Amino acid sequence: MVQGGVIITMHKHAIEENVFRVLMIASTLLILSVLLLILGTIVIKGLPYLSWSMITQAPKSGYYLGKDGGILNSILGSLYLTGGATIMALMVSLPVTLYLNVYAKKKSRLVYMTRFAFDVMWGIPSIVYGAFGFTLMLFFGLKASLLAGMITVAFLILPVMTRSMDEVIRMVPPPLLEASYALGATRFETAFKVVVRQVMPGISTAVLIAFGRGIGDAASLIFTAGFTDSIPTSLLQPVATLPLTIFFQLTFDHP
Amino acid sequence: MESKAHISIQNLNIYYGKDHALKDINVEIPKKKITVIIGPSGCGKSTLLKSFNRLLDSVDNVKITGKVLVDGEDIYDPKAEVTHIRKKMGLLSQKPYPLPMSIYDNIAYGPRIHEERNKKKIDKIVEHFLRTASLWDEVKDKLHSPASQLSVGQQQRLCLARGLAVGPEIILGDEPTSALDPRSSQNIEARFQELKQQYTIVVVTHILRQAKRLADYVLFLYGGRLIEYGPAHEVLENPKEAMTKEYIQGVIS
Repeated sequence: MVQGGVIITMHKHAIEENVFRVLMIASTLLILSVLLLILGTIVIKGLPYLSWSMITQAPKSGYYLGKDGGILNSILGSLYLTGGATIMALMVSLPVTLYLNVYAKKKSRLVYMTRFAFDVMWGIPSIVYGAFGFTLMLFFGLKASLLAGMITVAFLILPVMTRSMDEVIRMVPPPLLEASYALGATRFETAFKVVVRQVMPGISTAVLIAFGRGIGDAASLIFTAGFTDSIPTSLLQPVATLPLTIFFQLTFDHP
Repeated sequence: MESKAHISIQNLNIYYGKDHALKDINVEIPKKKITVIIGPSGCGKSTLLKSFNRLLDSVDNVKITGKVLVDGEDIYDPKAEVTHIRKKMGLLSQKPYPLPMSIYDNIAYGPRIHEERNKKKIDKIVEHFLRTASLWDEVKDKLHSPASQLSVGQQQRLCLARGLAVGPEIILGDEPTSALDPRSSQNIEARFQELKQQYTIVVVTHILRQAKRLADYVLFLYGGRLIEYGPAHEVLENPKEAMTKEYIQGVIS
């Protein structure tokens, strides 16, 4: 009887193992097939239209594609805008994270509230950032432009960048900071010469994640970046970006 | 006390929040001797050591009363400059933490933040203190490779050289051999024996045999109180206090 019981429980375990194995394999396959579908659709539908002029020229006639010229204006516009926004966000988030981790008291209310505020900001939909940027523009008398778009996207990616940077800087072992203090270094020297160097890979990752979040966003730019068929030559000119191009392409009728 | 006091601690009390970590410590640490702080873990050994160079400042909710005089100057005086105080002391922590830079830059870090710009002088400082820490021969061909590539024992000697390079008068060791293998530990102990010619050395340890090998003076802490303090042979061989005796015999820990 006892032996029979052991065999039955082992049998149960084996079933459990198998059920979960099948489930895991199935979900992996599901994800992979979705990915392949997306990539496949893009390649199959897009490849015939991909030409050299597509990525080296601005559109020749008006805003819409499918005619002469290409989307160079949006490619460059996206890079300019997100590049500028990333630099702006970095100038805020690096000092903030260093403050949280090197200067401020570890368990103070301020530190807790700051982290919480960034978490909330992370959850705000990007269209809200767009509306916020728009009211800022009205307040400062700024037109829809590269600069306005940059500022809006900088707000949008600030929490992403700050929180990912914060996570890596938190991992710096306190005795490493102590080692630097013990040599007579100030907090400033410790922050910039030791902490930043120690977490450089993490900082680059945070910057890239933020850049990726910024370059894919359309909603925050609908009101703030304007749209144009030319490549902007000043911060105050309107700009086209790739997501905006897709958005306008899909929402408006072709003439 | 036959030699002059270098660090003089008067009525020192330290609280972490409500936890009273050190209670009424009064002690004088003599110049150019090795003073070893012994006691069970959690008795306040490291806290006492870190109070000497104000490393507790960055701890949340810490409250310190009393005086710590170094060369007659109260380091907790609001007018005292903390970087200046720390420059007087080199610290060796339990585990070596090399800075995220090359071997050369680790040593040069201290002199550079203290405004030494002359490249030739820094070269000399680096070589001199790597020799003092008996690390030079092992690293002279790879001075510009990352310090993290060294073995733990080498890293601890690098940290020693790094601490000496800012020109301190005092060396603080917080269980400096606890992460090292026996040979590296011996090496560090040998360095301490050489260095006490020029420096005041204070070492925290929980290894009694190490205390016996190193100490000129021994300071026994228990539960945040100073139980006994005196020349090493007296405290370790003929302790006056019953508690010290019990600790040395391994009755309490």
